[in-house]
Amino acid sequence: MCDVCGCPNLTGHVHVAGAILHAESGKQIEVMQAMLHDNDRQAAHNRAHFDAAGVLVVNLMSSPGAGKTSLLEVTIRALRGRLAIAVIEGDLETENDARRIRAAGANAVQITTGSACHLDATMVHAALHTLALRELDILFIENVGNLVCPAGFDLGQHKNVVLLSVTEGDDKPEKYPVMFRAADLLGITKTDLTEAVGDFQTLRALRHFRHLANPAPMFELCARNGGGMAAWIGWLIGERDRVRPARSMHAHD
Amino acid sequence: MHELAVCQSILAQAAAIAAANKADRVQRITLRIGRLAGVEPDLLRAAFPLVAHGTCCEAAILCIETVAVEVECRLCGTTKDVAPNRLLCGSCGTWRVTLRGGDEMRLESLEFAPVSAKEFSHV
Repeated sequence: MCDVCGCPNLTGHVHVAGAILHAESGKQIEVMQAMLHDNDRQAAHNRAHFDAAGVLVVNLMSSPGAGKTSLLEVTIRALRGRLAIAVIEGDLETENDARRIRAAGANAVQITTGSACHLDATMVHAALHTLALRELDILFIENVGNLVCPAGFDLGQHKNVVLLSVTEGDDKPEKYPVMFRAADLLGITKTDLTEAVGDFQTLRALRHFRHLANPAPMFELCARNGGGMAAWIGWLIGERDRVRPARSMHAHD
Repeated sequence: MHELAVCQSILAQAAAIAAANKADRVQRITLRIGRLAGVEPDLLRAAFPLVAHGTCCEAAILCIETVAVEVECRLCGTTKDVAPNRLLCGSCGTWRVTLRGGDEMRLESLEFAPVSAKEFSHV
């Protein structure tokens, strides 16, 4: 309770020469705007670039070490000569992943995020202007390895792909519902290690995933032995074809 | 800790709206955050003074309304509040449900300090 006027609120009002100005006497305005309004606007701008160029943009997310870069390496090699691919790489400190992408035969733009735990639409916008988007079929954005923060930031992508490696445990969708709910495709990776891990059950992972009311497809993938790659490549080509007709004549800056 | 980035975004919006309304002090910021939004209210409250320091929102009260996760069954029509990682129909158990609320993260309103309050703030 306020000692001066007996009002139950300690804050939110001031005493002016004996009169009480409650908070209600200030001007209140309705905003009703997304908390990440500026990022959302930038993301919409990015998406307009991508649509105008007719390039499919995939935001690839997972925990660190789930196999994002390995999946990209085999994808680039599998599609060499068929589809033009580039990768925007988000990495805290190194250019290691960008080097691996280039060695696999695709253009890579590195965003070194320093201590930032996620990519945002402004970072992606800066990177996209270093790429010849119209010459690309698919642009991957390899997000910072993190199952929490990247989920909240729209980058302008068309699809979210979330990877879960068998070494992480099949209950990850239950532990990180925001991330897995955002997935347009769930990739179970490192399936060649399933036997060694012992207690990872793909169906249990799928059940946790469905408990988020997410109808997205789940693919079992192995970058090392090529398992599941045909289905993954087929999905990518299908999504690319869906974006392609959007290619228009008036790209803007 | 992306709450810091979220906080910066909120305060940038608040400062721009305050300037547009010719207000020099914000005294209340009201947010609406769903339990499935991926933003932790406690972390946001912890980040707020760090980001607000020295801005027009420095003395503002941060009011956070949390919103339960609500789903509506597409098969039987039942509506129910659920846990963020169990979006299942409370009646028939299916996951074929539509989210009706709980993923919002919205800046609802701002309240500006009355001008006279600043002039007499020593009283």
